[in-house]
Amino acid sequence: MRNIFILVRKEFLQIFRNRQLLPFMTVLPVIQVILLTFAANYEIKNLRLGIWDLDQSTSAQQLIHKFTGAKFFQEKALISNQKKADELLMKDEVDLVLVIPKDFEKAIHSSNNPAIQFQINALNNAKAGIVQNYASAITQDFLNEKRGNSTLLASPKIIPITNYWYNPTLNYKTIMLPGIVAEVMTLIIILICALNVVREREIGTIEQLNVTPLKKHEFILGKLIPFWVIGHFIFWAGIALGKIFFNIPMVGSLGLLELFLAIFLFVPLGIGLFISTAVETQQQALFTSFFFIILFILMCGLFTPVETMPDWAQYINQLNPLKYFVEVNRLILLKGSGLKEIYPFIAKMIIYGIGINLLAIWRFKKTN
Amino acid sequence: MEPVVKVENLSKKFGEFIATNAISFEVNKGEIFGFLGANGAGKTTAMRMLSGLLTPSSGQAFVAGFDVATQAELVKKNIGYMSQKFSLYEDLTIQENIEFYGGIYGLSRQEIKDRSKGIVDKFQLASVKNKLVKTIPLGWKQKLAFALALIHKPKVVFLDEPTGGVDPITRRQFWDLIYEAANDGVTIFITTHYMDEAEYCDRVSIMVDGLIKALGTPSELKKSFDVDSMDAVFQLLARGTANK
Amino acid sequence: MKKFYAFVQKEFYHIFRDTRTMMILFALPVALVIIFGYALNNDYKNIPIGVLNQSKDQTSEKLINRIIGSGYFVVEKSLEKPQDIPSAFKLGKIKLVLYFPAHFQKELYHSKKAQVQLIADASDINTAINTTSYLSGIINEFNAENAREINGGIQISTRMIFNQRLLSVYLFIPGVIALILLIISALLTSVTLAREKEMGTLELLSISPISPYMIIIGKVIPYLILSLLNSFVIILLGIFIFGLPMTGSISLLIMACFVYTVASLSLGILISTRVETQQAAMFASLVTLMMPTMLLSGFIFPIESLPLPLQVISNIIPATHFIVLIKSIMIKGAGITVIWKPFIILIGMTSLFLFVSIQSLKRNN
Ligand SMILES: Nc1ncnc2c1ncn2[C@@H]1O[C@H](COP(=O)(O)OP(=O)(O)OP(=O)(O)O)[C@@H](O)[C@H]1O
Ligand SMILES: [Mg+2]
Repeated sequence: MRNIFILVRKEFLQIFRNRQLLPFMTVLPVIQVILLTFAANYEIKNLRLGIWDLDQSTSAQQLIHKFTGAKFFQEKALISNQKKADELLMKDEVDLVLVIPKDFEKAIHSSNNPAIQFQINALNNAKAGIVQNYASAITQDFLNEKRGNSTLLASPKIIPITNYWYNPTLNYKTIMLPGIVAEVMTLIIILICALNVVREREIGTIEQLNVTPLKKHEFILGKLIPFWVIGHFIFWAGIALGKIFFNIPMVGSLGLLELFLAIFLFVPLGIGLFISTAVETQQQALFTSFFFIILFILMCGLFTPVETMPDWAQYINQLNPLKYFVEVNRLILLKGSGLKEIYPFIAKMIIYGIGINLLAIWRFKKTN
Repeated sequence: MEPVVKVENLSKKFGEFIATNAISFEVNKGEIFGFLGANGAGKTTAMRMLSGLLTPSSGQAFVAGFDVATQAELVKKNIGYMSQKFSLYEDLTIQENIEFYGGIYGLSRQEIKDRSKGIVDKFQLASVKNKLVKTIPLGWKQKLAFALALIHKPKVVFLDEPTGGVDPITRRQFWDLIYEAANDGVTIFITTHYMDEAEYCDRVSIMVDGLIKALGTPSELKKSFDVDSMDAVFQLLARGTANK
Repeated sequence: MKKFYAFVQKEFYHIFRDTRTMMILFALPVALVIIFGYALNNDYKNIPIGVLNQSKDQTSEKLINRIIGSGYFVVEKSLEKPQDIPSAFKLGKIKLVLYFPAHFQKELYHSKKAQVQLIADASDINTAINTTSYLSGIINEFNAENAREINGGIQISTRMIFNQRLLSVYLFIPGVIALILLIISALLTSVTLAREKEMGTLELLSISPISPYMIIIGKVIPYLILSLLNSFVIILLGIFIFGLPMTGSISLLIMACFVYTVASLSLGILISTRVETQQAAMFASLVTLMMPTMLLSGFIFPIESLPLPLQVISNIIPATHFIVLIKSIMIKGAGITVIWKPFIILIGMTSLFLFVSIQSLKRNN
């Protein structure tokens, strides 16, 4: 116990003395979290509309009006040939080209089905899907109005009413912030833990400790505890600033979140430690950590959906600690889930934490 | 009297390569035992096995009465070690280093206080004790490292090239410290590339390619090789390898 | 020049003989691209939803079957009453509840209009938006089909330009390439140079007859080659495994990779002049480069939806311009007349980074 205290003290002395590194593991990440959260937005609005009206009729005008009147679309260009349309799409100046063919109006007033065409820039497939849905819905509305005036024969219609629970205004920031905090914290923790141990090995002080009666677990706890504290700092500072800047909701118990965090942190710490036992130099430690960090971040479900991943990837993703954290953030902060719903996550983190740390301790050689 | 270090046919293999080849010797209490040999002869390897950092491939060794292979943790309580690589924390002050290592060896707060005062007085470090280690000259660092290797009053202290890169005057002072420790009954196990230092040892062994090629007091060795300096003894043995 | 050549050769030996590092440098990016290429997508399918059907009539059953038939959704849970919805969401197993109220059927026939509620768990916004948008689409189609039996609708034909099959790799692979290249080149150089600084070997070299700039160039050349090789490997993977098209000119693509790599390397040099230790270099690079590149370069969040100040930052991130280049050249087949701007910007950035680095080096000497 005393040994661990001595090690922790030494580690803190070193951390606080390293003026160049200290901000990178404390203040800067927190500032960054706030900045990046401002970026968190997929909201699609101001879609740029190119109009290619071959009919030049009242109905065509009405349809165009319907589009430009909708809040998503803004008229960007009038187009008169395909070459122009291609060029605008190529230069990424329009998102959608609405083509109204000749005889559009005639078809509406006859029994023929009128036709129109959407040319959508589909580089971003998700956006393209949404553009298509918006545009189709507007067209449908247009037709209903048109026909509703002319015919009494309305068919029964199901109207979908959308309710967004837990985040009715679809505010990305409140959701992204806790997730980004968890990501940045995990990134830093894995990295400092791995680098710190490798560095002690590179400069030879580990060897000096190895000839002392210090136990392996004491050494390791002496390393983990300071970074565990730093992890807490980053997380709660980030959350507190999130509350101030974005008023993120905190429906559930913060005590429960702290409980989860306290257990969770041993996972990235163990991963960092494990990496340190598998590499020789700080550079290798860096790249290996980087590999895991980027995998964890991109597959945690914050930026891209987890459910759409193929089975094998979901299977691997069970080992992604951030995936659990992102879910727990949502469950506790937004939905107010309690211990009853959270305990499976806590149990998994305990198992994961013990497993990875045992693996690291086992690989961590005092003698060879 | 039971020897403090007892080595029997100790070997270490790295893959196919034999770094230390069945060496045997004994070192008595309070003795200064010199370990000589060209670069790569296997000195550090032998020393690391004796201090419990490496497991021997075969053979046996006892340090302070404990088997290095099976009782490494007990061995570690009774030895001090100063590695070839510099191993103080450069970003801690002298005082903090002393407190840290004292603490790790389980000294009580009072003991740490007394001994750190002892060290600071003895080396006249009072003015710099709150300076970061990286800011003090190499000679001082080495002396401090030696003092720290002795902080828990070990029975044996292993010094791996403690005077590398140090000026002659500091080197002389360093040896005074070694003698003083030996007089207190500490067994000193030292490697060096300086042949004048070899003369200061009670006994020396000369390693060549993992084997102990010569072992005895400096005067015995000079006599048996019929030369007048340790340097010449070393030249003879080392040239033997070069010609091979 | 001969001396310089010998020096570069030595640096090559250093790097390419370190097999473990080489393995890491090539294997990890390839692994990342493959994993992300397969795993990252936003092609929603099999989304677990819950159904709360208090009407239990023909139309609602038909609609539910229709929804399941689309392949986008699976009914994970049947709920009995509205009060069950919160607890279902709190377990986090389902993403959306489709709620047919008890009077659904009656309303549908009497007033020709009936509401169905799509209750989405918006704690996961993207999934919420996408699932509700898909579902609304399905329901509208369902309506339209019923209507078409009575009168004709508008026939909409949609052309998805550049990405007919709406593949998400078109979105993700360029981003992953940009991110990995940046990290490899900027990080590697900054760390290598910081390491030399830390160990004092840079000082040793500065008394050699080669000028300090040459030394830095010599140190960076092997990494330039490494990064370029890496980028080709990754791009080939993108083309041959993930079916990324290569419609534009290959030489333009090579030029884009080159310009971007040099920009990243010079960023690495810049960082190294500002730090003292390897660890500081690493944290500086990772903290200042990794997350911003991921989030502000258009890789994850569309740039046009960023707030203005962040759009400005986005424009000073090299990856932003590289992603535009890759997409334009490979997918759109754009020529130099369309994309000269990002090229110029990247070259400008490189000059700026190098200029500032030289200033700091001068100040230090
Ligand atoms: N972990 C290891 N794996 C493989 N070979 C090793 C290892 N450690 C040492 N060696 C090799 O064993 C040989 C002896 O090394 P050792 O460090 O014991 O020599 P030394 O006598 O201390 O030399 P020096 O005077 O340079 O310190 C060297 O050839 C070295 O390369
Ligand atoms: Mg040695």
